[in-house]
Amino acid sequence: MLRYRLDCRGFPHLEVTVSTETLPPYPFPMRSALEPPEQWAELRAQCPVAHVRLASGDSATLLTRYDDVRAVLSDPRFTRQLDAAAGAARVTANESGGVFASSADQMGVLDSRESHQQWRRLVGATFTAKRVQALAPGMLAKAEELLDGLTAADGPVDLVSAFNFPLPIWVICELLGVPESDRSSFGHWSDTMMSLSRFTQAEIDTAQADFAGYLGGLVASKRETPGDDLVSALIALVDAADPRVTEPMVIATARGLLVAGHETTANMIGKMLAMLLSDRSRWEALVADRSLVRNAVEEVLRFDANAGFGLPRFISEDLELPDSTTIPAGTTVVVSMASANRDEEAFAAADSMDLTRSPNPHLAFGAGPHSCMGQALARTELQVVLEVLLDRLPALELAVDPAMLRTREDMLVGGLVELPVRW
Amino acid sequence: MKVNVDRHACCGAGQCVMLAPDIFDQDDEGIVVLLDDRPGEDQEHALQEAVSMCPTGVIWVDRSA
Repeated sequence: MLRYRLDCRGFPHLEVTVSTETLPPYPFPMRSALEPPEQWAELRAQCPVAHVRLASGDSATLLTRYDDVRAVLSDPRFTRQLDAAAGAARVTANESGGVFASSADQMGVLDSRESHQQWRRLVGATFTAKRVQALAPGMLAKAEELLDGLTAADGPVDLVSAFNFPLPIWVICELLGVPESDRSSFGHWSDTMMSLSRFTQAEIDTAQADFAGYLGGLVASKRETPGDDLVSALIALVDAADPRVTEPMVIATARGLLVAGHETTANMIGKMLAMLLSDRSRWEALVADRSLVRNAVEEVLRFDANAGFGLPRFISEDLELPDSTTIPAGTTVVVSMASANRDEEAFAAADSMDLTRSPNPHLAFGAGPHSCMGQALARTELQVVLEVLLDRLPALELAVDPAMLRTREDMLVGGLVELPVRW
Repeated sequence: MKVNVDRHACCGAGQCVMLAPDIFDQDDEGIVVLLDDRPGEDQEHALQEAVSMCPTGVIWVDRSA
């Protein structure tokens, strides 16, 4: 039995004793694959600092309002490094507590603000807007090739397996220098890192050891035969005894980028298309006016109700939120960027999709010093995908009722199991 | 009107360069570089969008300068 201070609006001093088991389980169930959980609006209005139970059984504090989410993400004092020894909650049901407990410290980049910033700047060169925009013609060619294959037969076709996953995997492997023939195992390795409770610790350990072994081999081959890619560039710095980078850091970086570049973008392509096709007037508006593409991509990122877990932050010293509520040191906070993106205080008509919304300061990529490093890449991929599909398949439509779309359960990053379409 | 950036706090997301390429660029490490600190009125919308969408809030406009 633990004591919780319920600091919901209107009950600032109420203190009651509840057991962890009675806290609402988080993530909340979706109403459907495209509609937000009903708890978000309630919590934003009545309980913006809420207590929830994670898949591990540990409790955490959930923030759902835009101002609070932005403030926590922007605060350089707090990171996603959940150190159990310091009392942080475990996110996943397996013993190690999941990707947030293990990946960051292997890299050593979250040891201090300085080492994190140094690492970002080292890797940031690969992800500048101009470098990424220069990749657009290659992405377009790959997308065209995939579409040639999938339109060779009559529909319906499941875009998730035929298009949405292959394209971003190809892009991130190009950037990192992973040979095309090696790409088939990534899905399983990545799933074990992103799952909340599906795998045992032994399964996770085996998959991660295999992944690390593969990446060690990749680094060795890049030493032998360098290419014009990130792994080659980083390992050259290691060999030149650059103090900013070590070989384990190169491997952890490659691992993190492969997973991030593959899961998140692939899932977002599916959700973007589902959102635009489930109300076909949206798709038709884009067919009629291509200048909407850029804002439409931002709006689907904002509107994505199936974004997944959100981000954890370990509150290592007392934190005062914008409304003066204090989060005590030692708290594990989970911020829901997807709920923040539906906050009426931040976005007019937040529950309506508006393809012309501008500016659109959504938090889909986080905010602050840890905001998504690949966001220019993701934006470019989503824009390229939308352009090529509008060009090639303007008659594209869902082959199932939107209510029948199923969400991938148990994952840190939300996505659709399948997206059957015809054209 | 003068545009200012805090290069030290920049996280290199590149959003400003995508939105307002005539005003902003990135250096070899992805950090913001100001190309034009007094952009014309035709750049106003792009500038405002870059300010509001910067993930670290490191761009600000001094209207009195």
